[in-house]
Amino acid sequence: MQKLIKNGSLVDDQWVLIKQASDAGILQALPGRDLIVPHRFWKFFQDDIANYWGQVTIWLDSDERVTDIREPLESFPLIGLNFPVFSDGRSYTNARELRENLGYQGEIRALGDVLRDQLYYMHRCGFDAYSLRHDQDPDECLQAFDDFATGYQASIDQPQPLFRRR
Amino acid sequence: MYRYDQYDHQMLSDRVAQFRGQTRRYLEGRLSDAEFLPLRLQNGLYIQRLAPMMRIAVPYGLLSSRQLRKLAFIADHFDKGYGHLTTRQNIQFNWPALEEVPDILEHLAEVEMHAIQTSGNCIRNTTTDQFAGCAVDEIEDSRPYCEIIRQWSTFHPEFAYLPRKFKIAVCGTREDQAATQVHDIGIYIVRNEQGETGFRILAGGGLGRTPIVGHEMAGFVEKKHLLTFLEAILRVYNREGRRDNKYKARIKILVKETGPEAFRDKVHAEWEKIKDGAMTLTDAEIERCRSFFTAPPYRELPETSPELEQALASDLLFASWYQQNVRPHQRSGYAIATLSLKETGIAPGDISAEQMNFVADLADLYSFGEMRISHQQNLVFTDVEKGQLYALWKQLSTQSLGTPNLGLLTDLICCPGGDFCALANAKSIPIAESIQRQFSDQALLQDIGELAINISGCMNACGHHHVGNIGILGVDKKGEEFYQVSLGGSAGNRTSLGAIMGPAFAQEEIPAVIEKIVAVYREHRDPGEAFIETYDRIGMTPFKERVYAKAD
Ligand code: SF4
Repeated sequence: MQKLIKNGSLVDDQWVLIKQASDAGILQALPGRDLIVPHRFWKFFQDDIANYWGQVTIWLDSDERVTDIREPLESFPLIGLNFPVFSDGRSYTNARELRENLGYQGEIRALGDVLRDQLYYMHRCGFDAYSLRHDQDPDECLQAFDDFATGYQASIDQPQPLFRRR
Repeated sequence: MYRYDQYDHQMLSDRVAQFRGQTRRYLEGRLSDAEFLPLRLQNGLYIQRLAPMMRIAVPYGLLSSRQLRKLAFIADHFDKGYGHLTTRQNIQFNWPALEEVPDILEHLAEVEMHAIQTSGNCIRNTTTDQFAGCAVDEIEDSRPYCEIIRQWSTFHPEFAYLPRKFKIAVCGTREDQAATQVHDIGIYIVRNEQGETGFRILAGGGLGRTPIVGHEMAGFVEKKHLLTFLEAILRVYNREGRRDNKYKARIKILVKETGPEAFRDKVHAEWEKIKDGAMTLTDAEIERCRSFFTAPPYRELPETSPELEQALASDLLFASWYQQNVRPHQRSGYAIATLSLKETGIAPGDISAEQMNFVADLADLYSFGEMRISHQQNLVFTDVEKGQLYALWKQLSTQSLGTPNLGLLTDLICCPGGDFCALANAKSIPIAESIQRQFSDQALLQDIGELAINISGCMNACGHHHVGNIGILGVDKKGEEFYQVSLGGSAGNRTSLGAIMGPAFAQEEIPAVIEKIVAVYREHRDPGEAFIETYDRIGMTPFKERVYAKAD
């Protein structure tokens, strides 16, 4: 099972991630489970989702933009942001925009190539849940959030930049 | 000079610990090569042709004697006894062992130095005029703003995985010494009609495969908005810069493909959202950073010095160094002296541990214990009393540091090239040396006057060959090393990119080619005209005809 860090500890995951789906049949295959589906799937199968009796929320790939989400953000208890490869930095910007410009309060979950050495930056950009790549050591990952005692910039976890605090 | 407080120190020691852990996991096989790559790059570590290469940050080129002694220690203990000054005002070591890098970083941290973000796809060391704070044509000292940018860009969580590397330069003088227009972001300190200083900001300049001069994003940004404006540019770039092709990933390509106007609109739209946010600079912070760059305890001195006048009259070699390597200073009775690291036979920018210790002692004696690295790969003492210049020069001459060639043809800018760099098409250091040997006559050099030759071993253009008056680029022709020559580049206020002359030359042809180019200039020049001005007036043709003329 995928290991999930949420709010600083290892937790069980209630959500099932649908990486790819092209027809609504998938909803029948997983009756009642809580699903994270691609944003495109969500837009296309609105009616099927409305009739589904589990929770459904969305994830975005790194080439999609959070500013293109037309639905009210409160309708999503969590939004997943994917890292197709860890060196693709676009989801950092998406996370910051969600928190800072769009005021999103729900869970922002890092998906995909989520590795120990990027967790600190993700955390500062507004992620609060991390679905670790299968080979990552969860205890080592938990330490990553303490790599640095503080940072220079304003960030989601520290809204005041250091120059306003020192 | 900026001094670390407990926060800066803490961040640095956290960084060393972090990289120690990463290196350990890599050596234990728990991090793949691909995963370790950006981590080591962002700590300045390349794997090169012969050994790892480590690049140490010298923020905006400013260095204290204490720091230089530490670099000498590192050169002696972890390397082969020398280092190399780069065109980004940093210093590189060519032979450290991977396992020892965390120890090197720990040593550096003791003197408030590091290798953070000296390579990799992130915001690199911010560069500026090597005479900042002393130049006579200065609008405002650029160093406090460089420091503000350094802190903002260090471990910026959103911009650690950009599409490609990102370089920022700041220019605070009227005469641009920082090649500002060919940076990803170029910042000019300017004065508006009300007499306030602020920033004119360009984006999308760069060298490399597709050399482009930057486009104006804003004509005047108030000081307090500096960081939010930069953040807006970076955010658009991080989101939209190409990631499918590394040769098209720099911001210059994005600006070009989007169109400079449309790109500017996007930046301003982004800026509107964050302007006046928490990253808006406070007066207190600007003052705090300025307080680190105050004038040293200058003495009250008359403008002229009898000792200097006497030495100039009696020692011709000194007079020639003075004329070439000494520049005027804002302060009465002081001068700026450049220590040339371009003696013939030594790779441009190379400095031995012995020289480092020697220079550190001289800096303590003659220049308040501080110096600068210039992007032309020389060292600068910015605050020398005129009356002590002669004594300084005599000392420099004993250690191959008194070559009187600043700005002259032999003051070549040259990348490490095929001798060290894994990416090179061709060697560059031997080319530099062959040109220096060809032009060994000081009187001739001074007659030729200002002429910038820049040499890069490949398209990556670390030697900035596009902006050399004469640019030399190593190319690969069916497995053999050849050199393409261009003319007419320049990096100052009128930045221009050189035009390629024609077919490339073999290594042994280069000195003669340069000689012919120089001869055409000397025949055609008007009195007092520099090479680049003559070129602008007469164009490529006369040069081309001479260089490619068939032998009779
Ligand atoms: S220009 Fe090319 S050869 Fe020279 S240092 Fe840069 S990458 Fe290496």
